[in-house]
Amino acid sequence: MQKKIVIVGATSAIATHCARIWATSGQSISFTLLGRDIERLDRVATDLRARGQHVTVSTQTVEFVNPVVIQSVVDQIELNGHTDIVLIAHGSLGDQAKSQSDLTFNASELEINAISPVLYAEAFAQHMDKAGKGTIAVIGSVAGDRGRQSNYVYGAAKGLVTRYLQGLQHRFAGTAIKVVLIKPGPTDTPMTAHLKDQGVRMASVETVAQGIVSAVEAGKTVAYVPGKWALIMLIIQHLPNFVFNKLRI
Amino acid sequence: MRAITSWGRLSDNSHHVVDLVDAREASLLQNLVGSGAGIAYGNGRSYGDACLNSGGNLWTTRGLDHLVAFDRVTGRLVCEPGVLLKDIMAVTVPMGWMLPVTPGTQMGTVGGAVANDIHGKNHHAFGTFGDHVQHIRLLRTDGEIIECGPDNRSDWFAATLGGIGLTGLIVQVTIQLRKIPSAWLETESKPYFDLSQFFALSDQSEADWENTVSWIDCLAGSGGRGVFMRANFTAIDGRGNEQSQPKNKVKKVPFVPPVSLINQWSLKPFNHLYFWRNSRKTGRSLAHYQPFFYPLDNLHDWNKLYGPKGFYQYQSVIPREVGQDATAAMLTEIGRSGQGSFLSVLKTFGNRQSLGMLSFPRPGVTLALDFPNRGKDTLNLFDRLDSIVREAKGRIYLAKDARMPRDLFEAGYPRLGEFLKYRDPGISSAMSRRLID
Repeated sequence: MQKKIVIVGATSAIATHCARIWATSGQSISFTLLGRDIERLDRVATDLRARGQHVTVSTQTVEFVNPVVIQSVVDQIELNGHTDIVLIAHGSLGDQAKSQSDLTFNASELEINAISPVLYAEAFAQHMDKAGKGTIAVIGSVAGDRGRQSNYVYGAAKGLVTRYLQGLQHRFAGTAIKVVLIKPGPTDTPMTAHLKDQGVRMASVETVAQGIVSAVEAGKTVAYVPGKWALIMLIIQHLPNFVFNKLRI
Repeated sequence: MRAITSWGRLSDNSHHVVDLVDAREASLLQNLVGSGAGIAYGNGRSYGDACLNSGGNLWTTRGLDHLVAFDRVTGRLVCEPGVLLKDIMAVTVPMGWMLPVTPGTQMGTVGGAVANDIHGKNHHAFGTFGDHVQHIRLLRTDGEIIECGPDNRSDWFAATLGGIGLTGLIVQVTIQLRKIPSAWLETESKPYFDLSQFFALSDQSEADWENTVSWIDCLAGSGGRGVFMRANFTAIDGRGNEQSQPKNKVKKVPFVPPVSLINQWSLKPFNHLYFWRNSRKTGRSLAHYQPFFYPLDNLHDWNKLYGPKGFYQYQSVIPREVGQDATAAMLTEIGRSGQGSFLSVLKTFGNRQSLGMLSFPRPGVTLALDFPNRGKDTLNLFDRLDSIVREAKGRIYLAKDARMPRDLFEAGYPRLGEFLKYRDPGISSAMSRRLID
């Protein structure tokens, strides 16, 4: 039976690597790749077709923040067959300093990292609710676990995603619909090149993608990838303010 | 700025790193021009300074890691330069296709394999990586795009194969893969107790065995002793055989030890033990291609074992006529110095010239040895080895080199003058400044 996987933000390095793992898993898969730039989407599609033996790939450019567009794009995708897995992976690791001084930029960062992913999740939830099955996986972040001075705009957006998915999980508890929240730690991707220059140690994108695919296949509710971040964030969340406020993290 | 090392970890100087991600030529070009000369950096598996450009630009290619086409019927693969050899193998081996030539690791990139025109244990049968490249797309820093191959602008092709990245940015490569009957090899190993035995074994094996290589005890002196290994792909599937299963468990050297763990105290006992064990378990067995071809790939960061000062690899090739004498002379020098490592390889190359103007392989015998960096002692030893190589009219492998003198480079690579016409003036590396500019 062919599996249908939809990836929103398919040209992100993490999403591309997840798709490669699925493409080479030997399963028969039809991918629908959504993104903003058709040339970049086609590059990923071509790569997946070359890698997978039983893979079909279609691409579609989409608008990320317009709710009317999101609804119609998802309805359209569902017309062509029920989605088994949707991986919502788009986002922007925006400049914190710029968000503090430029509210327009701030608003667009919140929209792309918070509103957009949950609207996509809700649109797929409508259809999965009717079908009674499916998996919705969203890439959140460890940054959503506690607001920190260095990236609270991004962190707050990811925090909204966390709460929203908790709600979806509650709504679909006891059904065959799985809602998976993935929280990657710092990952070595083009989005984090500036962190590398600062000497931040990062997990390889292959490792993170493997962790994500395993979590999605297992239908976990929350998956920190790599797993050590569960412990690190547990500690950070429970640091008392008098300690936390001394840290410049 | 980012601290960058090559595989030998001899330096960790700052580089202005530009991560190439968008494969569109307009975008690539934007990244290549503007702030001075740079050099492409793949996965950092060359040992010396071929991939470094201290204080200058470094264009990383790992983001250019997409396959462009793979024809399962003809085995023709088109890909971007940052694809790892490992990733190609993972895709194609289950379909019965494999890269015809790979080095002792599959962690290098396709761009690096072209730029160093790498070779493997099957050189006598399959030549170098470049012998299987059908097409290279090259982006010059002036924006010109050069499409070249063995029959198409073959001068550009010959300059770029083994051209250590100096002719332009490699943006796409077409490779003809080879069919394999399975992922398994039938292997045979035999000890040898001196160099004549090694050469005799090599000569006997080349006709019938696709892969030949030997581990040599670098401290055994001029006689040389070691273990000769040869292997052919087989249709016998080894999956039923527990013993020969590839171990997929990856281990990692967790930190850099304060001193090299490979030193005069560990080396001699190890070599004795290794030789003693392997000279007793000879005969035929089945091996999966991964542990056979890439024995160290499951030990990540093994280069850290050499400690904070890093290590050199010295790899030479000596023409066959004087191969035995020169190898004996080098082993004498090394034995006397007490320096070296377990990782010592002696292998004959086939009787074929390489296509690339600066390609390393040529008919003869190649000796490759790691040396923990002990400063002056190590460099002095290399000077003595250089004299032997120079006199024997041999050459040293650029992919491994961090220190050879210019005159030895010029003597070893007689097509250098021809090569210079194809250099890209917007590209410069620590190696090009040391040896060419």
